[in-house]
Amino acid sequence: MDLGLSEQQELLKNAAREFLENECPEQHVRDMEEDDKGYSPVLWQQMAEQGWQGLLIPEEHGGAGFDFLDLSVLLEEFGRALVPGPFMSTVLGGAVPIMEIGSDAQKAEFLPKIASGDLIFTLALTEPSARFDESGVQAKATVSGNEVSFTGTKLFVPDANVADYMIVAGRSGKGVTLGIVATAQPGVKVTQLQTIARDKQCEVVLDGAKGQLLGAEGAGWAALQPVLQKYTVAECAYLVGLSQMDFEIAVDYAKERVQFGRPIGSFQAIQHKCADMVTDVDGSRFIMYKAAWAISSGQPAKDTSIAVNMAKAWCSEATRRVVAHGQQIHGGIGFTKDYKIQLFFRRQKRAELAFGDADFHRELVAQQLGL
Amino acid sequence: MDWSDSPEQAAFRQQVKDFIQKELPERYRSGDESEELSGGWQADRKSDNAEARNSAIAWADSLAKKGWIAPAWPKEYGGAGLSTIEQFIYNQEMAEVAAPMPGGMGVSMLGPTLIVHGTDEQKAEHLPKILSGEVAWAQGYSEPGAGSDLASLQTRAVRDGDEYVINGQKIWTSGGHLADWLFALVRTDPEAPKHRGISFVMMDIKSQGLSLRPLINMGWKHHFNETFFEDVRIPVKNRIGEENRGWYVGMTLLDFERSGIAGAISYKRGQDQIKQFLDTAEGKAFKRVDANMVRLELADRAIETEVLFNFAFRIVSIQNRGMVPNYEASVNKMFGSEVHQRLARSETKLWGLYGNVWDPKSKYAPMGAQHVQDYVGSVPHTIFSGSSEIQRNVIATRGLGLPRG
Repeated sequence: MDLGLSEQQELLKNAAREFLENECPEQHVRDMEEDDKGYSPVLWQQMAEQGWQGLLIPEEHGGAGFDFLDLSVLLEEFGRALVPGPFMSTVLGGAVPIMEIGSDAQKAEFLPKIASGDLIFTLALTEPSARFDESGVQAKATVSGNEVSFTGTKLFVPDANVADYMIVAGRSGKGVTLGIVATAQPGVKVTQLQTIARDKQCEVVLDGAKGQLLGAEGAGWAALQPVLQKYTVAECAYLVGLSQMDFEIAVDYAKERVQFGRPIGSFQAIQHKCADMVTDVDGSRFIMYKAAWAISSGQPAKDTSIAVNMAKAWCSEATRRVVAHGQQIHGGIGFTKDYKIQLFFRRQKRAELAFGDADFHRELVAQQLGL
Repeated sequence: MDWSDSPEQAAFRQQVKDFIQKELPERYRSGDESEELSGGWQADRKSDNAEARNSAIAWADSLAKKGWIAPAWPKEYGGAGLSTIEQFIYNQEMAEVAAPMPGGMGVSMLGPTLIVHGTDEQKAEHLPKILSGEVAWAQGYSEPGAGSDLASLQTRAVRDGDEYVINGQKIWTSGGHLADWLFALVRTDPEAPKHRGISFVMMDIKSQGLSLRPLINMGWKHHFNETFFEDVRIPVKNRIGEENRGWYVGMTLLDFERSGIAGAISYKRGQDQIKQFLDTAEGKAFKRVDANMVRLELADRAIETEVLFNFAFRIVSIQNRGMVPNYEASVNKMFGSEVHQRLARSETKLWGLYGNVWDPKSKYAPMGAQHVQDYVGSVPHTIFSGSSEIQRNVIATRGLGLPRG
């Protein structure tokens, strides 16, 4: 039993932090908020050279063959730097489903190009019902041999504006069915939403959009479960890094900001908020890594399942408490667009809502506990 | 990162499990944490009930043979010299079955202080009696005017030849009425800065002039006492360490594991027991009909307990890597005690009006009224051993480097 990072994870973390401090500074985060694509193709290629898009992908398909726990370490750094762009959509929403469900031919076709930074993917799961359960998938899927076509509206699809392909979930007579769908075709219409995090979530209207069948017809929901578990924990990892940085900025500010002739950080009212922030951040980190470890090390399915639900339930609320304290400690300056703390506050909400907020996961925890 | 045992850790865990299976007396096998049992080993040892007395002695003897009364002490002093990770596994397994821990304050506080600062004569006199269970120790630190600000304590010890003459009062003397000896911090130099005029002394609790008065708590239990000193004379050789250095002597820590894992295990067991009870007809009858809110509250408590487990694992991971925990131990204490209170509140809420019933033997008491009793009993947990406010101060100043007010 040991809750520290391995030597390899330390190296990955340090390399990622150094790289992102240089290549993804605050100004880049701000620029991408107003950029139509929402990401920088130059940075995207640099990240591919670091081996990040292919971190999880096996070496035989051009990746680095690291495990999911290692990816979580990297994503914590992404949260810290608020890295904009389609990284999680591509890795968790594209590479992971293909690795978990895809045929050998699909793996050979797509994984090397994801690893090299040549393809952007996303997962088109949710619909206007905004549900994360199986009954939320109502778009129509029609299967013909190895092909599938989809008709319906997918909503809150991240980065569909720049994705080359989408993993689409629809429903045929046999149940939830998945397909790999190219976005550049007449049957796909993508409209960006303006969101709190100024990220690129989209409405995607499918009208007979064609693609390759992924996995067996009707077996899509069960096949998606490991994907959703990983994506959920990935969002937690992002939240851990985000809240850690928010907390560090707030503590630094409390040491420097002088009122009544002394740093405000010398007042217990501020000190106790900071103590609660570090408790929430640390609590988030370990419950997230416990879930990542359960996935990575292949713990029994019921243990992994509740670990994931507990992690997202806790991280969603604990990190919200952290960023709220971060705002309060900063006072008025924190409410301005120019000051950096608000970037964290707004992005926390996106990740809190992604793949189910605390209410959603708490209910699943209660069910699994037999309450 | 790994939440599972290494092969060596698994082997040691099995050794502890086998020992418990073989040696734990029947009396302590119910997993019941009520005060008459596990909390009451010290009472059992002096009980009129032969079964209680024999069980207490048998368990202490079994532990003593392994050096497991004081598993963290070095072997040369009669301990087992366990590494921090082994201590952690030992504490985990003992907590899983709610086994009583006979050592008490003698093992956790006085022994380490003697091992580091005591003379050979002091060690020879006191350490064996702690290990044999012959002498139980109580702590005399807090005073009516010295709580969170402990160093302001005023109980005076005046040197008179080979003796100190002690006058003053201590409070919150846990288990003083069951103890044989007392260790205390007393003021030997009232002129010096407050941390530098304190000495660490030991005394027989039956010393002339020392009297105890029960301080009944709000749960109607006798746990605490007030301790009064009126010209109590103790030999100077009962001082540990140098005169006026007692504050620092009292801060001594051996290489004990500091995870506080027992709390998380106890809360988890309590939640498991509720689930089992709710599956029974009796449990279903007690459960409030409008239970959906509290159902989700209990899910939150389970999640918080998981967070607490991880905080405990973190501490032992730090120690196992040869480092000393900083603010992390304060996080455990603060968070653990606050989870405890929320848990007791949620559990009591599950029973609606039946949350009134205090009598454990009443037919109207769900699960022996343990939750409402815990609702009251957990009140001091955010106060003793450094209140939640003090812990947050420590986290902020020592941990985060914020300036002191």
